[in-house]
Amino acid sequence: MTNGKEIKFSDDSLALVQRMMKRYPEGKQKSALIPVLHIAQAEFDGWLSGPVMEYVASVLNILPVEVFETASFYSMFNLKPVGKCVIEVCRTSSCWLVGAEDVISHLEKKLNIKVGQTTSDGMFTLKSVECLGSCGTAPMMQVGADYYENLTLDKVDTLVEKFRSEGKRKSYTDKAEPRKL
Amino acid sequence: MGKKLLLKNDHISGIQSYEVYRQNGGYASVEKALKTMTPEAVVEEVKKSGLRGRGGAGFPCGMKWSFLAKPEGVARYLVCNADESEPGTFKDRYLMERIPHLLIEGMITASYALGCSNSYIYIRGEYFYVSRILENAIAEAYANGWLGKNIQGTNYSLDLHVQVGAGAYICGEETALLESLEGKRGNPRIKPPFPAIAGLYGCPTVVNNVETIAAVVPIVNEGGDEYAKIGIGKSTGTKLISASGHINKPGVYEIEMGLPVEEFIYSEEYCGGIKGGRKLKAVVAGGSSVPILPANLILKTAAGEPRLMSYESLADGGFATGTMLGSGGFIVMDESTSIVKNLWNFSRFYHHESCGQCSPCREGTGWMEKVLHKILDGHGTIEDIDLLWDIQSKIEGKTICPLGDAAAWPVASAIRHFRSEFEEYVKQPKSIQDVKHYYRLQEAKF
Ligand SMILES: Cc1cc2nc3c(=O)[nH]c(=O)nc-3n(C[C@H](O)[C@H](O)[C@H](O)COP(=O)(O)O)c2cc1C
Ligand code: SF4
Ligand code: FES
Repeated sequence: MTNGKEIKFSDDSLALVQRMMKRYPEGKQKSALIPVLHIAQAEFDGWLSGPVMEYVASVLNILPVEVFETASFYSMFNLKPVGKCVIEVCRTSSCWLVGAEDVISHLEKKLNIKVGQTTSDGMFTLKSVECLGSCGTAPMMQVGADYYENLTLDKVDTLVEKFRSEGKRKSYTDKAEPRKL
Repeated sequence: MGKKLLLKNDHISGIQSYEVYRQNGGYASVEKALKTMTPEAVVEEVKKSGLRGRGGAGFPCGMKWSFLAKPEGVARYLVCNADESEPGTFKDRYLMERIPHLLIEGMITASYALGCSNSYIYIRGEYFYVSRILENAIAEAYANGWLGKNIQGTNYSLDLHVQVGAGAYICGEETALLESLEGKRGNPRIKPPFPAIAGLYGCPTVVNNVETIAAVVPIVNEGGDEYAKIGIGKSTGTKLISASGHINKPGVYEIEMGLPVEEFIYSEEYCGGIKGGRKLKAVVAGGSSVPILPANLILKTAAGEPRLMSYESLADGGFATGTMLGSGGFIVMDESTSIVKNLWNFSRFYHHESCGQCSPCREGTGWMEKVLHKILDGHGTIEDIDLLWDIQSKIEGKTICPLGDAAAWPVASAIRHFRSEFEEYVKQPKSIQDVKHYYRLQEAKF
């Protein structure tokens, strides 16, 4: 149980998971684990609790420990509760060269938390992450499915206000906002 | 203007969609390969083209393909490496986002050449929105008879799937990628056996970078010989370069191999020079893993020849005075950059991303990060600089996968070329700490 809800995929998610399992040869359904964990994380409050991992194991017909083994390896999976919006700012070289440290310290001040922490209202978690493949449009950050690039401190302020007023949980699996190419 | 093969149509409005892509000559390589060529003939063209892997190592693609074992009755796999996590590299994202069908087309043609009936594109989890773009393109390709059973009425059938990762640089290493694709932790495998013999699910497998697979399209369309005419020496064709850092025009550029580095940095067609008219200090030419070079050595080789954007020219002088083309992640640093702090940034990255299987890498990357932090903090000693050198030399070549080398080379090259800067940090920590280590965002122009 998470927040008193029964742990079970919605019908749509379950259908998607079953389609995913068919992408792999027979007996190799474990290959679907990472995509399925993304769906689970999005559906069950943004993190993977023990019971959620056990549920995923039962869906894929593998051992719970296999799920934990994999989930604990990857940085995009949260094994502890997180805020509705996880703000992930790139801290690697190309972003650092053009001001990523300023973006991070600005967000720390604005949200009144340190990197790795969650605001007391449960709205924001701040993370610093390694290169997200957006170095030519640095500095940048990712929130859910969306990349926010060529950041300025003003842009960061506007975005934080937007997320706050929307109040929605952001997941990697969300439909991304249309991007101007 | 250099010749463009991959990005020649990226500016066309609507090129993301099947219709527009097809109207602009899309899927011609599939048609040509499936209807007029044997799989072996396709492999032959790729061999003739001289195409080298664009993921970083530069291994000849045709040769890799011809190593693929073909036991009777055993499935073979083509897996596209779209993990793109090498700091400074963003060309694959650009390509997949703008012209997704080019990758799909390349995957079909390459899968036909290798005799695969199921192929996968493994894409880093952070590119989730790009995986959606690819999935749409794949659905369009199925709907128009380019995927599925009996493609375009031929005997050839293929299913193509996209698989997302979940944040781990190491999954770009091909055997870690295969582990991840099997749903496991991304721990690189001990080689041999190589994937060509035992890869995905223990079956013969080819892993190729996004750009490598995309390049198969013009090679089949125009012929391997035509492709090989572009470029210089054993660096044939064009290369996508991801340019970032202190330049006026960061972005992805398709260059003909052999372009002088100086022209790439300073001409308006490419990077447009250093931001704010400042002086160039250093360049990391091929993604964070390759040796950093100071301005004089990136513009000219030790022998005084102009340095060119090619595998051979960038490597000229070995690690003493040269570097590597790598993934083409071209990071430019101006005179205000602290090399020591940038190195700490890289070392933290490798420590964070080490999978932890081998002690030299797991422990050594952490030690290097800590020693660098101590130096940056003003508590370093001259012995610490020698210690750094010692640690990196004990990682290089002593690990299961090349991440260990990738962590060692930036340290070795930074000390080799910028030792005096490390010494200043040790001797005058106070004055150095006051130095601006990086642009403050408020001052940068956007
Ligand atoms: C630590 C590490 C990370 C790597 N990351 C990538 C990557 O993100 N993308 C990629 O194509 N190759 C990457 N490679 C290289 C792959 O192992 C492999 O050589 C490549 O995908 C082969 O494709 P190619 O021959 O087409 O270049 C990485 C290698 C190492 C050791
Ligand atoms: S070198 Fe590092 S990343 Fe590679 S297998 Fe060893 S510990 Fe893992
Ligand atoms: S360094 Fe920040 S996106 Fe690459």
